[in-house]
Amino acid sequence: MIELRHVNKWYGPTFQVLKDCTTSVAKGEVVVVCGPSGSGKSTLIKCVNALEPIQGGEIILDGIKVNDPKTDLPKLRARVGMVFQHFELFPHLRIVDNLCLAQEKVLGRKHDEAVAKGMKLLDRVGLKEHAKKYPAELSGGQQQRVAIARALAMDPVAMLFDEPTSALDPEMISEVLDVMVDLAREGMTMMVVTHEMGFASKVAHRVIFMDQGEIVEDALKADFFGKPRSDRAQKFLSKILQH
Amino acid sequence: MLGSFDFDVIRRSLPYLFVDGMTFTLTLTALSALGGLVFGTLIALMRLSGFKLLGRIAGLYVDFMRSLPLVLVIFWFYFLVPYIGQWLTGASRPISVGAFASSLITFIMFEAAYFSEIMRAGIQSISRGQPAAASALGLTYAQSMRYVVLPQAFRNMLPVLLTQTIVLFQDTSLVYVLSIPDFLGAASKVAQRDGRLVEMYLFAAVVYFTISCLASFGVRRLQARIAIVR
Repeated sequence: MIELRHVNKWYGPTFQVLKDCTTSVAKGEVVVVCGPSGSGKSTLIKCVNALEPIQGGEIILDGIKVNDPKTDLPKLRARVGMVFQHFELFPHLRIVDNLCLAQEKVLGRKHDEAVAKGMKLLDRVGLKEHAKKYPAELSGGQQQRVAIARALAMDPVAMLFDEPTSALDPEMISEVLDVMVDLAREGMTMMVVTHEMGFASKVAHRVIFMDQGEIVEDALKADFFGKPRSDRAQKFLSKILQH
Repeated sequence: MLGSFDFDVIRRSLPYLFVDGMTFTLTLTALSALGGLVFGTLIALMRLSGFKLLGRIAGLYVDFMRSLPLVLVIFWFYFLVPYIGQWLTGASRPISVGAFASSLITFIMFEAAYFSEIMRAGIQSISRGQPAAASALGLTYAQSMRYVVLPQAFRNMLPVLLTQTIVLFQDTSLVYVLSIPDFLGAASKVAQRDGRLVEMYLFAAVVYFTISCLASFGVRRLQARIAIVR
């Protein structure tokens, strides 16, 4: 579903953020990307739907080459959902309109149809009664659940999560993770940048560990948590699992 | 001393001052603000477009307009517009556009420079995550601007835009250099005809002051209201 081959990316002429990254996510697979801050994991996931351009290698998404100038990027992006660290709901629109905007403007759905779809998904994330509110009236956890529903409204073939819980207060993390776990169990293809190792051990198939722009480890979940091969991954794990 | 003043001249000239003068002033203000906003948004988008050449041209335009006194621009435009019209249409003689059209074009071009800077600040005040989220949903650049970025930018900038429009309302009085009977021009005409300079200019000042003050008050009320909605 998602193929990354020898991806290289620089910020400016000298600073290389991604170094020869090669990996893939199969249909129905859940892959967790972790690593210390500044390791390039967020940048990597943003390259998948070309929110960040790459300078070398290639990325193939559902059979279409992302970094081909001829690719219709808006059309391609509409087919992969993305959830951001800071939710990025549109603050000037009501919750239901947040869910309808892209359905109507991008997919060309009728307003009634978009509303029906949106309400169904809001119900699914447990926020149906908040449809008429504005984003600022919701808690962080609720906003992130709306953001997930907004992405799902586009009927995506895969979902990308960029640190979906790291801007949340601790008591709100589980309500978002619960939605993600359900999604994973339904067979959604997911690439998730997160530090939530509990989530990784529960539903991930594979774990990718990144450090300094490199994919240091790309292993099945059991292997990664059992005996990470690299020192760097071992150190990282011991640090975040200590507490 | 007040006894030598004749305030009845104001009452007598009220219809002329307001029906002719103030209507002209308000029409010019409204149309200039509207045109300036549209043109200014375009300039702001050019400056933020990422195309170096477009940005450079827009930047030069803004700097140029902001470095000239408004009176001078009004004056020059009045003389230049007929020749530009002639050049554009290939007519054999300068095209007369009239004082109103000429001053309207001037104010639109001039205000666009100021409005564009306000819009640019407004667009830049929207976090980069917003257009990113719009793109991730499949919206094109134009759709993301139209449905996500600009509505928020307008909302943030509304108080400043309106305040600038109040300044514009006062600035329209500068069309007196073209001897157009706007509100101040009308007052000035009556003042000279009847020899009542002090009374008429005092009255004009009170009217400008009152309208501007009320408008500023309205802007502050509005600011408080949209602050709650956000």
